Amino acid sequence: MSAHIAFRGVSKRFEVKVRGSRQHTEFTAVDGIDLDVGRGEFVVLVGPSGCGKSTLLDLLGGLTAPSEGEILLDGRPITGPGLDRGTVFQQYALLPWRTAQGNVEFGLEATGVPRRRRAERAREFLDLVGLTGFEDRHPHQLSGGMRQRVAIARSLAYDPQVLLMDEPFAALDAQTRESLQDELLRIWQRTGKTVVFITHSIDEAVHLGQRVVVLTSRPGRVKEVVPIDLGDRTRQDDLRSSTEFARYRHRIWDLLHDEVSRAQLQEKEVVGA
Amino acid sequence: MTALLETPPQAEDRRTSAPSRPQRTLARILDALLTGAGKVVAIAVLLAVWEVAPKLGLVDSTFLPPFSTVLESWWDLALSGKLLDNTWASLVRSLSGFGLAVAAAVPLGLLIGWYKPVATLLSPLLEVFRNTAALALLPVFVLLLGIGETSKIAIVFYACTWPILLNTISAVRTVDPTLLRLARSMDLSGFRLFQKVILPSSVPTVFTGIRLAGALSILVLVAAEMVGAKAGLGYLINASQYNFAIPQMYAGIITLSAIGVLFNQVLVALERRFTSWRVPVGA
Repeated sequence: MSAHIAFRGVSKRFEVKVRGSRQHTEFTAVDGIDLDVGRGEFVVLVGPSGCGKSTLLDLLGGLTAPSEGEILLDGRPITGPGLDRGTVFQQYALLPWRTAQGNVEFGLEATGVPRRRRAERAREFLDLVGLTGFEDRHPHQLSGGMRQRVAIARSLAYDPQVLLMDEPFAALDAQTRESLQDELLRIWQRTGKTVVFITHSIDEAVHLGQRVVVLTSRPGRVKEVVPIDLGDRTRQDDLRSSTEFARYRHRIWDLLHDEVSRAQLQEKEVVGA
Repeated sequence: MTALLETPPQAEDRRTSAPSRPQRTLARILDALLTGAGKVVAIAVLLAVWEVAPKLGLVDSTFLPPFSTVLESWWDLALSGKLLDNTWASLVRSLSGFGLAVAAAVPLGLLIGWYKPVATLLSPLLEVFRNTAALALLPVFVLLLGIGETSKIAIVFYACTWPILLNTISAVRTVDPTLLRLARSMDLSGFRLFQKVILPSSVPTVFTGIRLAGALSILVLVAAEMVGAKAGLGYLINASQYNFAIPQMYAGIITLSAIGVLFNQVLVALERRFTSWRVPVGA
């Protein structure tokens, strides 16, 4: 079986202006990424801050183009944004003047679903994320967790093949985050979408990912891919305190540890320079 | 499964709809009554002082006649039809200039805000015009357009254009960047982006400009009518002063301020209606 998403030697470099002079230097965000993601797989990318996680997601979303290499989606290179990929942002990105229902319909309007089907489908997906009864609320009337549910429903409603999630739960409190993680797993199992999830939380990575891709600090490279085998996670009550979970957690912590200190060192160098 | 599905929203719901509905409505009515009473009291005190001060001889009643005298004169003006004629003349000029400014400046502002090169090109020019007081240009308008209706409507139009134009431009340019990212990730066409994201998110800021323009439209018109006109509230006030009909002058002034308050209230109500989705202040 060929990969659903394939990164082939992907690098991304940015031109950065050097402060106080007219010179430009090149800044390598990600370098030589090779990675295959299978159809319906849940892959989590973790790495220290500034390792180019978000750059990878932008590349996958088609918002920027790689400097080298290519990203294939079903064997075809990605050349721009499209509705075959749905993005969930950390800041929710809900339209404040629309209700929950209207926000979910927003995605459907872009795909040309007829008006009558839109309302029906939006309700269906709000139900999927557990927001039945909140259709007429505006974003400012919803809590952070509920807003992110709306955003997830919006991304799922237009039926993309891939769900791209950019630290979607980072702005939420711990309890809401855990309940949304469980719910995301349930939704993923139910819809069978391919999910590429970015986080800097090791717990979140172990809890969600079938495979966890550990990235190095700047420039971002794939350090190691850790397969996580925890059985069916939605059926276990307190998965996070199992010994298996702790083992994976420690493994990834180990891998990240060096990278984090290296990243901190890099930051200090930048500040000192 | 369903239990899992429904528990979290309920838990989260508790904080979004804390007090029950009837209780909230009652509290709101009480609140409105209290604020309403507060406003009435302040105005009543002002009018009482106005009434009493000239009668007690604290101020010269020739120059500040008691409020009741002013009211009488207002009533005479109203009965003679002079008040209505002058008010009508002012309103027509004011609303035409204001309406034309809204009709022209909103689309123009959207266009300028949307096309960055245009904004860069025009911004120094806009800056100059904005900082040139409209009234300073009144003689120019009179020179070019005469002392008839055209020059008065034109000066109101001119004065109203800037706040609307500048607010509209900044509304378009300060759309939440995450929403733009969302639109881009969904591959929205330029037209759809404009229609579904930029336009609705600009409404509140555009309305701020419209409200500023509403206040300006009356201010500038009155000044223009004082300089040269044969009708209008500005003319009435000025002419009354010349003819030493002081109570009549005050009658004109209170009519004017009533119109100003009313106009602003209408605009505020419109603004509320169009931006009800915004986070309520103090929530």
